[in-house]
Amino acid sequence: MNFQIAMFLGQDGVTNGAIYALLALSILLVFTVTRVLFIPQGEFVAFGALTMAAIQAGQATAVVWLLAGMAVVEATLDILHRFRSQGRFSIDILGFLKLAYPFALALVLYQLPLATLPMAIQAVLTFALIVPLGPLFYRLFYQPVANAPVLVLLIVSIAVHVAMVGIGLLIFGPSGAKTLPFTDASFPLGPITLNSQTLWVIAASLALIIALYQFFERTIYGKALRATAINRAGARLMGISPIFAGKASFFLAAFIGTLSGILIAPITTIYYDSGFLISLKGFIGSIIGGLVSYPVAALGALLVGMIEAFSAFWASTYKEVIVFTLIIPFLLWRSLTVRHVEEEE
Amino acid sequence: MMLKKIPAAIALASLATFAGSALAQVKVGVISSATGPTALVGIPQKNSVPLLPTKVGDLTVEYIALDDASDSTASVKAVKKLLSEDKVDAIIGPSGSPNAMGAIQFVAEAGVPMLAPVGTAAVVLPMNEQKKWVFKTTQNDDIIAKALTEHMVKAGVKTLGLIGTADPYGENWEKVMGGLAEANGIKIVASEKFQRSDSSVTGQALKILGAKPDAVLVTAPGGPSVLPQTTLFDMGYKGQMYQTHGAALPDFLKLGGKKVEGTILAASLMLVLPEIADSNPSKKVAADYIAAYEKMHGNKPATFGANVYDAGLLLKQAIPLAALKGKPGTPEFRSALRDALEQTKELVGTQGVYNMSPADHSGFDDRGRVMITVKEGNWTLLK
Repeated sequence: MNFQIAMFLGQDGVTNGAIYALLALSILLVFTVTRVLFIPQGEFVAFGALTMAAIQAGQATAVVWLLAGMAVVEATLDILHRFRSQGRFSIDILGFLKLAYPFALALVLYQLPLATLPMAIQAVLTFALIVPLGPLFYRLFYQPVANAPVLVLLIVSIAVHVAMVGIGLLIFGPSGAKTLPFTDASFPLGPITLNSQTLWVIAASLALIIALYQFFERTIYGKALRATAINRAGARLMGISPIFAGKASFFLAAFIGTLSGILIAPITTIYYDSGFLISLKGFIGSIIGGLVSYPVAALGALLVGMIEAFSAFWASTYKEVIVFTLIIPFLLWRSLTVRHVEEEE
Repeated sequence: MMLKKIPAAIALASLATFAGSALAQVKVGVISSATGPTALVGIPQKNSVPLLPTKVGDLTVEYIALDDASDSTASVKAVKKLLSEDKVDAIIGPSGSPNAMGAIQFVAEAGVPMLAPVGTAAVVLPMNEQKKWVFKTTQNDDIIAKALTEHMVKAGVKTLGLIGTADPYGENWEKVMGGLAEANGIKIVASEKFQRSDSSVTGQALKILGAKPDAVLVTAPGGPSVLPQTTLFDMGYKGQMYQTHGAALPDFLKLGGKKVEGTILAASLMLVLPEIADSNPSKKVAADYIAAYEKMHGNKPATFGANVYDAGLLLKQAIPLAALKGKPGTPEFRSALRDALEQTKELVGTQGVYNMSPADHSGFDDRGRVMITVKEGNWTLLK
């Protein structure tokens, strides 16, 4: 090991670590607001990456039909709900717009020359396809059991994860995909060359973390989410809708997941089931942060990326073992130092 | 009321079973990994099932296809179900090497031959009482490795770096190459492992670069074989890149692009079929298979599908011989089927010619592989 190798490994570790950090933040966000351990977070990464790849290959992906199917189920549930409370069938404007959205999007997808669009538009289309899945997930799978114990929510998460992996195979097929890099440039930095995609990942992660910070500190919606995270019952008494808070946190999680997918897709091959391991490493980050602290979670995720890079160099056979064993001393430390607080509900 | 019905139902069911065997029908179970991590291998295999022979002589053959979702436990469960409930006479599958390893014990206990379309030679080597029930319809790693080593010796490679997956595929290759390289005066200077799901192999690639080998061999099955090679390319590695037959997929070209240009691999002739001389016996069989598959599914099959198709060809010539010894569904038929498979001589398959013996249950020779290189984004016969 010399300085140059350390620099290379550091670059690799930071790139992966930045993505894990994003996922750690969104897992933490979803957990604090809704008490859901969001295992399917990784699916947004894989779906985002594969959708971007499909769009670049000029194919309108079947994800839009998944979205449409879920929107139809949501609309049906809404109408039934209103029938039960009001005694008649009706649909409001917002409900209609939500139902029409995926079909309009499908029309756009099948009309546009996808492969030749500028990359920014392709990314926007990917976001438009994947991010609405987040609130829909919450509405269909978690809202009906929102007050259940954490364990039940976790079981729902696992079920959703397994189902989504299967749907991913159905939609994207078993072969992996890779997308074009945002820019082709690379910059010499001392003895190594800095990959421009690394810079994109770091810049996007930093920008998102700052934006999230601003959102939580400055805006009323952000403050509402924080209030829900700190005390659910109290926030409800103050007029913050738990349904809204849940949907908003899932929206953000889906956005962060899709962004991670788009960022990582030019670096490595993503398969329909790649998301789980990536988000699991983000999860370790959020465990290091005790499922409470955002900055510690982000740093923890970075640490996971670094350890992964260096252990791949020293003992490639045991890399995964080393990374996942890491969680044990942290759990020990956590359980010995943190005062246990009973959940208020 | 309900309780009274149960014995009647059981009697009816057993009657149905008897009626089934009376029709002199051969039952073959097919287990493939059509979902899960090895789906890339399993899907062409599942799609090849409708192309298997349904009538052999006077006997009809029924195929019972199951999916094990790439999970070894599910494979064993499927094997047990096929053996105890469906009473099959032979099993084709499972798709994955670890899955097949787990199934050996059960087929041997039941005395049912299993034709495994898997990569690892460990399913038939070393031969023992259990493995004598297993046949392998892919080229053994050592046949491919021998071809690669021959090429390395000719190209003057003195030092070799290995990077492979941390699974039976990569491990078996490490073992095979270790022996062969030493015998041919090639020194293995680095041997690294990575996981199929890894999003980065920078660490391993750096270690290989540090050892400065003349050539690097990537030993990984399917899509993951691309990442080490593109990483090495990005880091400016200039030596010759070798791949195993595990990389012989359209995906390798698609994902690798310009970065895999000039790669050398030894694999089945199916990849470069138009360039193969007409005198090669397998050319016609493979062309027929590809045409039938394309007609049914609208795309070209990966070589993995051909391994299942070949299993069908092996059964087709063994079933009539076994039928002389006993009725389908009886232990006599199954053990005669095994004996007949073991005596397969000069059977032309899609990927080579089978010559089985009690010691060799894969049966391929050098006709089972050709040297291929990547030229302008396509597989090309290496001349």
